[in-house]
Amino acid sequence: MNRPLRFTDDLADLPTHRFGPSSLTWWGVVAFMVIEGVAFAMAIAAYFFLMGHEQGWPPEGRQPPALLAGTLFTILMLLSEIPNSMVKRAAHERNVAAIRVLMPILILIGIVLFVIRGFEFNSLNCRWTDDAYSSIIWALLLLHTAHILTDWIDTLVLWLLMRTELGYEGRKLVDTDENALYWRFVWLTWLPIYLLIYWVPRL
Amino acid sequence: MAQAARSEKLSIVVTANQWWWDVEYQSADPSKTLRTANELHLPVGVPVRIQLKSSDVIHSFWVPNLAGKQDLIPGRTSDVTITPEKIGLYRGQCAEFCGVQHARMALNVQVESYADFVNWWERQLVPPKPPANALAAAGYAYVTSGPCSVCHTISGTPAQGRVGPDLTHLASRRSLAAGTLPMGKGNLYGWVADPQSIKPGNRMPTIGLEPDQLHAVVAYLETLK
Amino acid sequence: MTVPAHVREEDERLARERKKLARDGSKLKGARLEARLDKSWARPPGIIGWISTVDHKEIGRRYIVTALIFLALGGALALAMRMQLARPDSALIGAARYNELFTMHGTTMMFLFAVPVMQGVALYVLPLMLGTRNCSFPRLAAFSYFTYLFGGLLLWGAFFLNIGPDVGWFAYTPLSGPEYSPGKRADIWAQMVTFTEVAALAVAVVIVCTILKQRAPGMTLARMPLFAWAMLVTGIMIIFSMPSVALASAMLISDRLVGTHFFNHFEHGDALLWQHLFWFFGHPEVYIIFLPATGFVSVIVEAFCRRPVFAYPVVVLALVATGILAFGLWVHHMFTTGLPRVGYSFYTAASMTVAIPTGLQIFCWLATMWDGRPRLEVPMLYVIGFIVTFVIGGLTGVMIASVPLDLQLHDTYFIVAHFHYVLIGGAVFPLLGAIVYWYPKITGRMMNPTLGKIQFWMIFLGFQLAFFPMHLSGLLGMPRRVYTYPAGLGLELPNLLSTLGSLVVGAAVVLFVVNGLVSLFRGAIAPDDPWKAPSLEWATRSPPPPYNFAHIPVAESRTPLWDQPDGLPVVTGLRVDEKELLVTTVVAAAPDMREPVPHASPWPFIAAVAVAIVFIATIFSPWALAMGIVPAAIALAAWFWPKEIKREPEPVIT
Repeated sequence: MNRPLRFTDDLADLPTHRFGPSSLTWWGVVAFMVIEGVAFAMAIAAYFFLMGHEQGWPPEGRQPPALLAGTLFTILMLLSEIPNSMVKRAAHERNVAAIRVLMPILILIGIVLFVIRGFEFNSLNCRWTDDAYSSIIWALLLLHTAHILTDWIDTLVLWLLMRTELGYEGRKLVDTDENALYWRFVWLTWLPIYLLIYWVPRL
Repeated sequence: MAQAARSEKLSIVVTANQWWWDVEYQSADPSKTLRTANELHLPVGVPVRIQLKSSDVIHSFWVPNLAGKQDLIPGRTSDVTITPEKIGLYRGQCAEFCGVQHARMALNVQVESYADFVNWWERQLVPPKPPANALAAAGYAYVTSGPCSVCHTISGTPAQGRVGPDLTHLASRRSLAAGTLPMGKGNLYGWVADPQSIKPGNRMPTIGLEPDQLHAVVAYLETLK
Repeated sequence: MTVPAHVREEDERLARERKKLARDGSKLKGARLEARLDKSWARPPGIIGWISTVDHKEIGRRYIVTALIFLALGGALALAMRMQLARPDSALIGAARYNELFTMHGTTMMFLFAVPVMQGVALYVLPLMLGTRNCSFPRLAAFSYFTYLFGGLLLWGAFFLNIGPDVGWFAYTPLSGPEYSPGKRADIWAQMVTFTEVAALAVAVVIVCTILKQRAPGMTLARMPLFAWAMLVTGIMIIFSMPSVALASAMLISDRLVGTHFFNHFEHGDALLWQHLFWFFGHPEVYIIFLPATGFVSVIVEAFCRRPVFAYPVVVLALVATGILAFGLWVHHMFTTGLPRVGYSFYTAASMTVAIPTGLQIFCWLATMWDGRPRLEVPMLYVIGFIVTFVIGGLTGVMIASVPLDLQLHDTYFIVAHFHYVLIGGAVFPLLGAIVYWYPKITGRMMNPTLGKIQFWMIFLGFQLAFFPMHLSGLLGMPRRVYTYPAGLGLELPNLLSTLGSLVVGAAVVLFVVNGLVSLFRGAIAPDDPWKAPSLEWATRSPPPPYNFAHIPVAESRTPLWDQPDGLPVVTGLRVDEKELLVTTVVAAAPDMREPVPHASPWPFIAAVAVAIVFIATIFSPWALAMGIVPAAIALAAWFWPKEIKREPEPVIT
């Protein structure tokens, strides 16, 4: 810098991590949530667009998806918010011991959710090649499955990192807090999709 | 027939195909419905309702000097109502990219007096007489029972294919291959001999006729006025 | 909660170590400081270093160069098309090949040139203009560049292998569906869209976060340069629009590959679903291309009129209004599809309304020029060329917003004229001006101004010759996307003129490239601030060192370098021997956090390769998607996994 300079504040004592909107990665996570939210919104718009073409929804002769697997999935997803919120609070409190116990619980819940999701695909009572209705409900379920899979992988990798001594570092605690935030987004987006796949065809 | 056209609204169904226009003039009397291709005749001052369908991809029906364009979308029927104001010859063209020969999908529109229009319609309804001279008769035999009949219809003959344009009064039209070539003996020869070299990728295959078959076929087609 | 004793001891040890770390300030400044910063911010040499870079300037330069290469390729295609259309019934290029050419031309220009080049310039310039040391999430930016590159290589590789797409850049169904486009051409197009959308979305996130969180202390939102506002609105628009086309292209591949029926009317799908999803993206897309260019214009007008842009708040509000309105226009691409007329009226009104904020920006620039003392250097010439050309395009835009007129002009060369006027006039001219403007900062040399002026007039006049006649051929009834036209319709002369004009434009582009390349070696050496401009990027060297600024500057006004003649205020205290930058608050830009900057890493490149393999394999089999999750997950995990599991006095991202 070749111009004359005037030294002002010294920032050496600023922290290197903060929770919430002060954190740079918080904004990155929120941006990705918006992107995925818009993708879901467009898929939902496509659902209603195609529904407008049909005489019946589901079309004549087709059964709506069976309720059991989807409802079980929804209940378990909502229940998972309990350990999830506990992880979030533990991150703020720097309670790494609690995080190291709670995250595996979430990971296990994730595995059970995937098994139930398999049953859901099996009980949609249609194949994606049948018609546009089938195509869109398979698409919605697949999009959400991709969503939950990526967050599950993130949670797994983060847990492995939290088990090391780096778990006590402020920035890893912020990562843990933001991962818990993202998990909320995963089940929040599930709720409208659950209604569209399982209940709207029953109206 | 004249009464049908005068009292009801004139109604035409245009079905777009890759890369030609199927045209059907509707009538309350089924024996008066007229099927033709790539050409429209319209009476001046009479509103005509044109229903627009597509048998394959999205096309767009556009005769610039008559009206704005309207898309023909497979799975939907839409319509435009046009009232031509001036007698004359108009050119239309497909205006939505529809594949390899989108550029060669034109149609001729003749706007004429009411009397001329009725005459045209009545003439078009009359099936062509079987040809007198030997060459054309040989052509008749080939066209109505050979590969041509798989795709094309010539009314009053065994050729009843619905895949390609109706050829019943082919020689009365202004152009060939949806506006690609002006109608005429030479162009008929060229088209029938090798459609793929004139409009590559179009749905009419180049069969590879023997010379005498070609002479016979063209001689026959010229009788389809 | 109690923290274990050994952790508390480690905390205290690290706190003691922290006090010994070297930081910039009055005690460490000048050449000594820069030598140490050079060391900590250097990237590894060689090929590994090249693929591992996390320097926003390198990534931005790559984006710009790659996008300009695609511009040249797309332009070459246009010249070929123009040669075919120079005469009626020409047999120079056949129908099938021509359809590939116009598909590749549109696809290349829209997906591989226009958005990436704007993002590339933003990636390079914004951190410098905002007074920070790097962009946010530099590894994500690196990943996005390679993803973009691979998408472009996929498309062009397919073209050279004669399996390039031929259904138009907009790929309407059912023409692009499984029944009417057999083979893999349309799949390649659709998957290229996925590549470029992933890349563009990633860069949008980087840009938005950099603007919101990494501005210099004191650079409140109300003091932020107008180019940053333009990129903020653009980034948000990208985030809201691109998922639509990504979803549409995924649905298209799905229909083609695994037999879904989104667009198949026989099974109650709808061809129009494609159009809605595509144009919901497609219309904002053109503003995504245009708004950064308005940012360039604001920057250039300010610098060369030697005064701040007139009515800054109006320009900001105009940018925001344009960004919002852009989402309400898309059905104007569908006026001929037979949707209800009452709905169409709304889109006509919205399409006309969007001209208002754009017009406001133009009036503000004109007022700035009126009140300032314009210097007609090459970038300013491009601004004037932009105003003339873009306004013509805007006027034809308002014309075709009207449904009755559009029912005649839709899908004719009138539309081709309109959008080239707004895209070349509205985006390419400002871009060329911006390249000339920032060339000294990027390369340390000046482009040749005489050649620049000649070349400006060539491209400006050549453009008018090439595209003005297209208004006429459109009005005479020439449809778009036709490989030839019949003689005798009056189309011969306009087409011939367009072809001649396109040759002049081509020559002008070649001259521009020659100027750019030769000036790298023979251009005048550029000082830090050749244009005497007001924004912070001109406070550092040309080209800037890897860390941009030896000390983070403070902004006390909208035009910091003009308003601080007695010394540029800077903050101090950032680490010197590890990479670090400053994060500030969103609105007031108060210093908030020190943020470690990631070290160079090959994992973004490797992840991009893994993702590219998955995307390309998915063209051929749906199982690729399922199987590809494993290598992609491994690459991403390795990306985030630290090289050493060790607590440092201050966090380090390795």
